[in-house]
Amino acid sequence: MDAIIRTVKEFILTKFLPGEDPQSLTTSTPLISSGILDSLATLDLVAFLEDTYGIELAAHETDASRIGTLADIAKLVTSKGVVA
Amino acid sequence: MDGTLHAFLDRSMRRFPDRVAIDEPHGTTITYRGLGDLADRVRDRLRHIGVEPGDRVGVYMHKSIDSVASIFGILKCGAAYVPVDPEAPPARCAFTLNDCSVTAILTESRLETALRDELAQLGAAPRILVAPPTSDAADRSKGTALAAMLDAEDAIDRAPTAETVYPSPDDLGYILYTSGSTGKPKGVMLSHRAGTSYVDWCSSVFSPTEADVFSSHAPFHFDLSILDIYLPIKHGARLVLLGESLGKEPLALAQVIAEKRISMWYSVPSILSLLAQYGKLDRHDFGALRVVNFAGEVFPVPQFHKVRAAWPHPRYVNLFGPTETNVCTYYEVPAEVPADRTQSFPIGRSCTNVVCRVVSPDGTTVAPGEEGELVVTGAGVMQGYWNLPAINAQVFLVDDDGTRWYRTGDLVVEDPADGYLFHGRRDRMVKRRGYRIELGEIEAGLATHADVREVAVVAVADPSSGTRIKAFLSVHNGERRSIVQLKQFSATHLPRYMIPDEFGFVDELPRTSTDKIDYQALKAQV
Repeated sequence: MDAIIRTVKEFILTKFLPGEDPQSLTTSTPLISSGILDSLATLDLVAFLEDTYGIELAAHETDASRIGTLADIAKLVTSKGVVA
Repeated sequence: MDGTLHAFLDRSMRRFPDRVAIDEPHGTTITYRGLGDLADRVRDRLRHIGVEPGDRVGVYMHKSIDSVASIFGILKCGAAYVPVDPEAPPARCAFTLNDCSVTAILTESRLETALRDELAQLGAAPRILVAPPTSDAADRSKGTALAAMLDAEDAIDRAPTAETVYPSPDDLGYILYTSGSTGKPKGVMLSHRAGTSYVDWCSSVFSPTEADVFSSHAPFHFDLSILDIYLPIKHGARLVLLGESLGKEPLALAQVIAEKRISMWYSVPSILSLLAQYGKLDRHDFGALRVVNFAGEVFPVPQFHKVRAAWPHPRYVNLFGPTETNVCTYYEVPAEVPADRTQSFPIGRSCTNVVCRVVSPDGTTVAPGEEGELVVTGAGVMQGYWNLPAINAQVFLVDDDGTRWYRTGDLVVEDPADGYLFHGRRDRMVKRRGYRIELGEIEAGLATHADVREVAVVAVADPSSGTRIKAFLSVHNGERRSIVQLKQFSATHLPRYMIPDEFGFVDELPRTSTDKIDYQALKAQV
């Protein structure tokens, strides 16, 4: 779980929050309702998760309730059988 | 009665009473008879609570059968409707509704509390009619949430049947609020004739029939909604409402478009681009699609190629125009586009409900081939901005014979072969995912942050997303602020589509020799 969070956090910081202090992004920071990820960024994140972990995410799995925070994302990825 | 927007519904209600008029995302449908009856009940209730012809009434609801019925109910009162973005910060919504002094507002229970709080702060007290939570109205065999609200109101105080009012075609039909450079949205006032003349032009170009199935992608406060709502209803066709979030979910959207057998598409190009990139379109049959209209921003041609590779058979039409004219020019993409073309498509020729010309800064017509500002006159043009006489005096060029030409701010060149070519803007307005944004409105929003001393916002073209927005801030005591927190602050003070992609920190904003902010220097840093 922690490894997934680290990997996804690094991706979000690099791609969408360049220059941000990593401590500002916690496991419970809202990613979508806060405006950190817009619609295009969300699709990029989904593509990253699919490529990185070899999983496929259905449309209903990519809404704010499933990928709204780093903790949500880690839970979703592990529910797909990814061991971390 | 001809010449009003609600006459379209009257006509189809008589001709096609039992055909499905609207189809909601979760499978609820309503026939033309049902829609007409529901709109009549809204009319009766609004008239009963005091709405008069000429009033403004707010529609603060998500896209639904109920919001369409509300719009027609308002029009049937002879009033103008004001659709407000249910996803925007409540303070902004309350501002718009208060700005045009709505007499009443139709809304949903989940939006009610925040709206009442914001209106109270402004000292406004319009009548508010609240549809109950959708879950309470889940048994749709009993009718929509709006019908449930009307039933409840009637149980207390029955609204008598009121006459439908058919105002003059030149009377106000609706107000659409757009981004304003001062930080406050501007209300674009459009007459019934502006809407009907545009819809009639669409009929002549797209030849819709009752067999067509339209998809509605845009929210109702967006000008794409005029085609979305009134063109199918005029022709007795079926309108499939797509939830505001579906455009961001290409996999689900692709499935809906195929399953619903959508034949007439109208969206911003970015939705099409996302669909072609992420929608896995080879999994479905899109044989019913016959027209794909796009508008609201430049369609990057490489992205267009991807869409047409997936959907080679429909007509593709670029519809161009600001909210103030709805659509004023159009360009049908030829069947063959060279694969190596990257130059943007033209915006094409004038629609027949307006007349366009290209002028120099002093208002004289320039020769074909010379760059100038596109100005527009005719039935499709707005009456003006609500309660902004000083701006209205500036945005119209008036001929000696009194003809008013709306100055679009768009710089174009007329090409003999393809019509008008878009060359950019003469101000700081940009388009992003179809929304027009005055960068000054973002600056005004960010300037309310307690830590911000100065702010400047720039936009640059981005090959994948179309437009990228960066805010440069100088902050008190010079310490860099958290970007996460700035994004969160933006999300509570600005519509989502205005949240900057990036933030940069500077000690002081660069200045030109005349002490204005040097935006070019900032753009060079993006």
